[in-house]
Amino acid sequence: MNNGIDLPDYLAGIMVLALHAYALFGGADFGGGVWDLMASGPRRNAQRELVADAIGPIWEANHVWLILVVVMCFTCFPAAFAAYAIALHIPISLMLVGVVLRGSAFTFRTYDSRRDDVQRRWGLVFSVASLVTPILLGVTLGAALSGAVAAAQTAPDAWGRFVAPWIGPFPWAIGGFVLALFAYLAAVYLTIEAPDEALREDFRRRALVAALAVFALGGVALLMARADAPFLWHGLVETQRAILVHAMAAASAVVAAWALWRRYYEVARLAAVLEVSSIVWGWAWVQWPFFVPPDRTIDDLASPRATLRLVAIGLSVGFCVLVPSFWVLFRIFKRNPRPFGDAEGA
Amino acid sequence: MSDLLAARAQMATSLAFHILFAVVGIAMPVLMVVAEWRWRRTGDAIYLELAKRWSKGTAILFAVGAVSGTVLSFELGLLWPAFMEYAGAIIGMPFSLEGFAFFTEAIFLGIYLYGWTRISPAAHLAAGVLVALSGVASGVFVVIANAWMNAPVGFELVNGRPVNIDPLRAMMTPAALPQTVHMTLAAFSATGMGVAGIHAWLLRREPDAPFHQRALRVALLVGIPATLLQPIVGHWSGQHVAEYQPAKLAAMEAHFETSRMAPLRIGGWPNPDTRSVAASLDIPGGLSFLAFNDPSAEVTGLDRIPREDWPNVRVVHVAFQVMVALGSAMALVALWAAWAMRRGSLVERRRLLTVLGLLAPAGFIAIEAGWVVTEVGRQPWIVQGLVRTADAVTPVPGLIVPFVTFTLLYVLLGIAVTWLLYRQIIRTGPRGEFYGTREFRTMQRPAA
Ligand code: HDD
Ligand code: HEM
Ligand code: HEM
Repeated sequence: MNNGIDLPDYLAGIMVLALHAYALFGGADFGGGVWDLMASGPRRNAQRELVADAIGPIWEANHVWLILVVVMCFTCFPAAFAAYAIALHIPISLMLVGVVLRGSAFTFRTYDSRRDDVQRRWGLVFSVASLVTPILLGVTLGAALSGAVAAAQTAPDAWGRFVAPWIGPFPWAIGGFVLALFAYLAAVYLTIEAPDEALREDFRRRALVAALAVFALGGVALLMARADAPFLWHGLVETQRAILVHAMAAASAVVAAWALWRRYYEVARLAAVLEVSSIVWGWAWVQWPFFVPPDRTIDDLASPRATLRLVAIGLSVGFCVLVPSFWVLFRIFKRNPRPFGDAEGA
Repeated sequence: MSDLLAARAQMATSLAFHILFAVVGIAMPVLMVVAEWRWRRTGDAIYLELAKRWSKGTAILFAVGAVSGTVLSFELGLLWPAFMEYAGAIIGMPFSLEGFAFFTEAIFLGIYLYGWTRISPAAHLAAGVLVALSGVASGVFVVIANAWMNAPVGFELVNGRPVNIDPLRAMMTPAALPQTVHMTLAAFSATGMGVAGIHAWLLRREPDAPFHQRALRVALLVGIPATLLQPIVGHWSGQHVAEYQPAKLAAMEAHFETSRMAPLRIGGWPNPDTRSVAASLDIPGGLSFLAFNDPSAEVTGLDRIPREDWPNVRVVHVAFQVMVALGSAMALVALWAAWAMRRGSLVERRRLLTVLGLLAPAGFIAIEAGWVVTEVGRQPWIVQGLVRTADAVTPVPGLIVPFVTFTLLYVLLGIAVTWLLYRQIIRTGPRGEFYGTREFRTMQRPAA
């Protein structure tokens, strides 16, 4: 086993980075949909409007992070892509139905008649899809990192090859964990984007509840890993890397909860982002150097050098365009009031 | 239905659905930008209304394009894992570049749609231009990947596996240039003539509506040049097919026997068992001339291709006839409209308006037909001459279930989109709800 860090590892690292960005941005868009579904109390319409305003201009761009993960996977690690696509065909297909319904129903609601019944109908499709899709994404990821995909390749029957990898409790625990994490991120972001105190309080309470759910479901997933994902369990419990990962995640979780409690919203957002970052990178670090655990490494599965080198160049150029573009997007919609018009009477 | 057939049907349904929205996503930004630019130049508020109305429609169609495209990127693996394992390292590059084009397209479309009152007018127009450029780039990159499947290069085969991979060389496959040009023009042609057709039809009812008059002009401005170039580029594309995919060309033309002075067959119903064509109009030497610029050139017929390697001759031939017939009709009507525009009598010619209206869907049908020619004509190969489609399909059983599920999903989405566009955009009439709002009045003063 080669333990040096090399071109394939960097490209795998960029895939983790893209997944990380998807969790932080796209994940929060899904979380927003969850809070649309759970809107309640006297301000339920205002809550829905806040969610719609927050995700309207950016969800399509945020969504492309997932596409980047997919195209990088089939370009740089084609054999891994094929193995995942075969063993996880069913949950991925179901997730895609959710992706289609979430995006189109959200857009239809934005542009369809303002009548309440019409809005509610599209809103229901949008928000239920926002709830189900992250679960299925989590199931897919959970199955991928449990080591079951590699085992499925040699399973004797159809059940073992196409169903067993994802049907167990561990992938579904990860599904619940991902859902809680996305909802938590969204609620934390919305405390900052809320236009008034009352709405801010609504989302502060939601963020605190979601923080508890993240903690609880994370614990459940970890305990289940012992039986269902021994590779991950070993990495998360029995190595030195693990201590650092847990410490980072736990510390930022505690800071985020404290800051929410004391209403230091900017601090809470920073800590929540750190928390998600340490989970994503901690998982990647624990799994490295394996791409399809428990035994197929990044080096084993990588495409030839010529391809990797070209993709690395393409990514460098691409990111030079992408980073300023995203900066402009978020600057326009996440900061400015409307300096060039008074559509809202400002 | 066998699993292979279900997988092919699912891929075909997903692509046929996606391409409609992709094409609109490529061309509509150009129409919006032209309208917005006219408004800034002339201060004519109707152009602003036009840009706004069109961008509303584009927002709806773009979202459906984005989600159906996401499905496709997964489906490459879900349905054809062995193909991706074989080809991912070779043609992943254009897909990766396409990913970045999607990013810039989605980012600047967000800015364009939601940013009317948040950024300066010049920045807003610039965002529109960037959307248009990235839209063209996304289409070009994905068609390059498809062109490689038709004319694979950029690697060597050792024991049936590709080695010495050169992804840049693979992107320069000879099929890439004609296919990307033909596809990009197809987007502008279909969308331009489609939008023109809708407004022409509405003008028949309200001949004085300045809104539809301006809309028709902007749409024709984009649609006519592309439509006139399309037959020429299509012919060029056909010459490449003749060189690199003789079986596909033979199927397109229902050309069963290798011959010199090969006839051009117009229409007709081929019978692959008797190797004959019923009811076609034959122009002697026409095919030899079109394919190789020489009426006495020899054109390979299906007799030189093993029977089990024939594509479905009926489907390919008929699809090709449909594309060429619609393309020729559109080009004639485009000439007519260009002439009427020069004479300044465009909106008075009711017959022209009727014909434009009737041809509104023609470009989209031609696009579907063109893809059937390309894809069905390549069968039984998924990578021409190298990998058979049957060997690339996933081992997952019961593929009829996802096929039916996604087909139903797309049928429902198609109905919802059509209904929404009709109710919220087309039927709101030339004086939409936007007129008279405060936002509209402030925007009527173009920035200096
Ligand atoms: C507005 C749409 C449209 C119109 C009017 C035409 N085409 Fe087309 N054609 C397409 C839209 C299209 C397409 C959808 O864009 C295809 C499918 C794959 C591709 O690259 O372009 C295509 C493919 C395609 C191919 C197959 C290329 C290949 O397999 O590599 C040929 C030979 C032609 N076309 C030829 C023509 C001719 C001779 C036309 C003359 C009138 C014509 N097309 C009009
Ligand atoms: C196997 C084939 C294809 C795959 C895997 C694919 C993939 C995708 C994906 C992932 C998106 C979403 C991007 C986003 O979220 O913004 C998308 C959108 C798009 N695709 Fe495709 N695509 C395919 C075929 C095509 C073809 C043949 C064309 C064109 C000519 C095309 C042109 C576009 C365009 C312009 C968009 C932008 C979104 C829109 O306008 O609706 N695609 N595609
Ligand atoms: C977007 C417009 C496109 C349409 C409408 C289209 C249409 C089709 C059709 C009709 C089939 C089925 C062929 C058959 O059953 O004989 C098919 C198959 C397929 N297409 Fe295309 N196609 C498009 C573009 C592309 C592109 C850009 C790619 C990829 C790079 C692609 C990759 C495939 C693959 C992998 C299959 C399955 C294997 C095969 O039948 O060859 N297609 N498509």
